[in-house]
Amino acid sequence: MELSVLGQEESIDKGCSSGSCGSTDDQLSHLSDEIREKVHNHPCYSEDAHHYFARMHVAVAPACNIQCHYCNRKYDCSNESRPGVVSELLTPDQAVKKTMAVAANIPQMTVLGIAGPGDPLANPERTFETFRQLSEKAPDIKLCVSTNGLALPESVEELAKHNIDHVTITINTLDPEVGAKIYPWVFWNNRRIKGVKGAKILIEQQQKGLEMLASRGILVKVNSVMIPGVNDEHLKEVSRVVKAKGAFLHNVMPLIAEAEHGTFFGVMGQRGPSSKELQALQDACAGDMNMMRHCRQCRADAVGLLGEDRGDEFTMDKIEEMEIDYGAAMEKRKVIHQAIAEELSVKRNDSSDEPTSIFDKAYRPVLMAVATSGGGVINQHFGHAKEFLVYEASTDGVRFIGHRKTDLYCGGGDTCGDGDSVLDQTIRSLEGCETVLCSKIGYEPWEMLEDAGILPNGEHAMEPIEDAIMEVYKEMIAEGKLEETSELETEEVRASA
Amino acid sequence: MSLEIVDSCVSCHACLPLCPSGAISVGDKHLMINKKKCTECEGDYADSQCAAICPIEGAIVDGVTGMACNPPGSLTGIPPHKIEEAMQEMQAR
Repeated sequence: MELSVLGQEESIDKGCSSGSCGSTDDQLSHLSDEIREKVHNHPCYSEDAHHYFARMHVAVAPACNIQCHYCNRKYDCSNESRPGVVSELLTPDQAVKKTMAVAANIPQMTVLGIAGPGDPLANPERTFETFRQLSEKAPDIKLCVSTNGLALPESVEELAKHNIDHVTITINTLDPEVGAKIYPWVFWNNRRIKGVKGAKILIEQQQKGLEMLASRGILVKVNSVMIPGVNDEHLKEVSRVVKAKGAFLHNVMPLIAEAEHGTFFGVMGQRGPSSKELQALQDACAGDMNMMRHCRQCRADAVGLLGEDRGDEFTMDKIEEMEIDYGAAMEKRKVIHQAIAEELSVKRNDSSDEPTSIFDKAYRPVLMAVATSGGGVINQHFGHAKEFLVYEASTDGVRFIGHRKTDLYCGGGDTCGDGDSVLDQTIRSLEGCETVLCSKIGYEPWEMLEDAGILPNGEHAMEPIEDAIMEVYKEMIAEGKLEETSELETEEVRASA
Repeated sequence: MSLEIVDSCVSCHACLPLCPSGAISVGDKHLMINKKKCTECEGDYADSQCAAICPIEGAIVDGVTGMACNPPGSLTGIPPHKIEEAMQEMQAR
C-alpha cells in the first residue's frame, strides 16, 4: 500500500517548507487551544490537515426522516459522487470491520464519519451500535456524525456517551417560509408534516440541538447548501446566528442540481451557484466566523483523502478476505500520525514567523490552480487530476480559495453521453485562474490551456504548494505582468474566483 | 386489509422500526409487508406509519386496490410530467 505522506520528507528542506507560508487564511488561528487540539488532525475541519489525513464514511444509516429538495434517494449511478449516494449498505458489524480494514491499510485515516445515506440519527440503533463497537475496538479513530438535526435533541445524551466530539448539522435556513421551499416534508410524531409547518419543526429542532451540543462542549460544524434565489442572502444571517450559538465552523456548499439526479431542484431547473457567487458568499460570511472552503461534499461511503475515493479497494467481499491485526496497526498508525503532526507543526510555526509583506507596492492578486494528490505539495499529473485546488496569491500572501472539480460531480465522462470532452470540461473548470501548477502535463492540454489564457507550469513538482505559488507570483511581478492595477480591477479579480 | 410494498422500494428501512404490528421484514429485493399481520396501523396511529415516512412515491400501495398511498408528485412536489420530460431527455442522449 502506498503511503504518500512518508515520501515527503524531502520537501522539508526546500524553501521556507511551509504548507501555509504567508497564509492569510489560517482557519484554526482563531480557535481556542482546546478546540485546535481536537481538530488538528481532522481533514474535514482543518484546511492544512486535509492534505495529510484521510477520512471515511460508513453507510449504515439508510433511513431518513425528512425530504430535501436537493436529494433523491432513488437514483444511484455508480459514477456519481454526491452526498446521499452509496453503493453498498452496511450492517454495523460490517461497518466496524470495514473501518478497521481501512485504518490498517490507510494509516493516515483518522476520522470515521456516519453521514447517511439517510440521516444517521433517524437510524439510531445502527448508528450507535457502530460507534459503540468502534470506540471499544479502535480507540484511536475519531468518530463524527452528520445530521439534518430533526432527531438531534433526543440524541445528544447518546452522542456524548459514545464520545462523539464532532457533529455536523445541515442548517439551510432559520425561516420556515424559506424552509418550505427546501424541505417538502418532515416525519414528526408519527405523521408526515408538509410545508411551512414541517419546516418550522425542523428549524426549531436544529437550533435546540445546536445549543444542547454547544453547552456540552461537543464541537459543532454547520453545513449550509447555497441555493441561489432561495437562501443565498439569508445564509449570512444563518452564519451569524449559528456562530453566536456556539458552532465553531461554517461550511457553505454549492447546490448540486442536475436534472438527471431526479431531485426536485434538478428537475425544476434550479441552478447551483457559480464559483464566483459561492466565494462571494463565503467571504461575506467569513467576517462573522471561521469558514470552511475545502469541503468536497463526499458520498456517504467515501474513503481516503478528501477529493479522492478509494472505496473500490474496500468493498465487503474484499474486506472479508483481509486479515487485520489491529493492535499492530495501531502502533504503526501512531508513528505515522506523530510524523505528520511534526511536519504540520513545523509548517505552522514557520508560517507564523513569516513576514507578511515583502512587496514594495501594490500588485493585483492572481488565482492559481494546483494539482495535488495530498501531502501539501504539487505532485499530480495534470491529466490525472480529478480536481484542482485554487489559491489566491496577493501581496498579503497566499490563501486557499476552494477546489474545482474537473468532472462536475460525475466521473462518467464520455460514456454519460455528454458531447464535451473531459479536457474541455477541465479547462472550463479552471476559469478565472491564470496559472495551473502540476507535476507534469501533456503536450495537447498544454496548448489548449495556453489558448484558454491559462499558463501551465510544471517547474515546481514536489514543492510545497504555498511556496511554489508565492514564487510564481513573484516571477509574474518581475515579468511586469501584474502592474497597473486600479482598485476596481483588484476587486474584479478577487470576485472572479 | 393490508398495505403492500412494490418493486420501486429502495430499501431505506425507514418503515421497518415504525410498524406497530411487526409486519415489515427485509426481503430479497426490497422490504416486504406480511399481509396477515398488517393492520394499516388502525387502532395504533392516525396514519399508516410505513406510508407516512416512505420517501418513494408509489412504493407502498393498497393491497386490495393497488392504489398508491403516495401518488406521483405528492412527496417530492415535482409535477409528474416534469419527471417524464427529464427521463425522456436522458434517454435521448
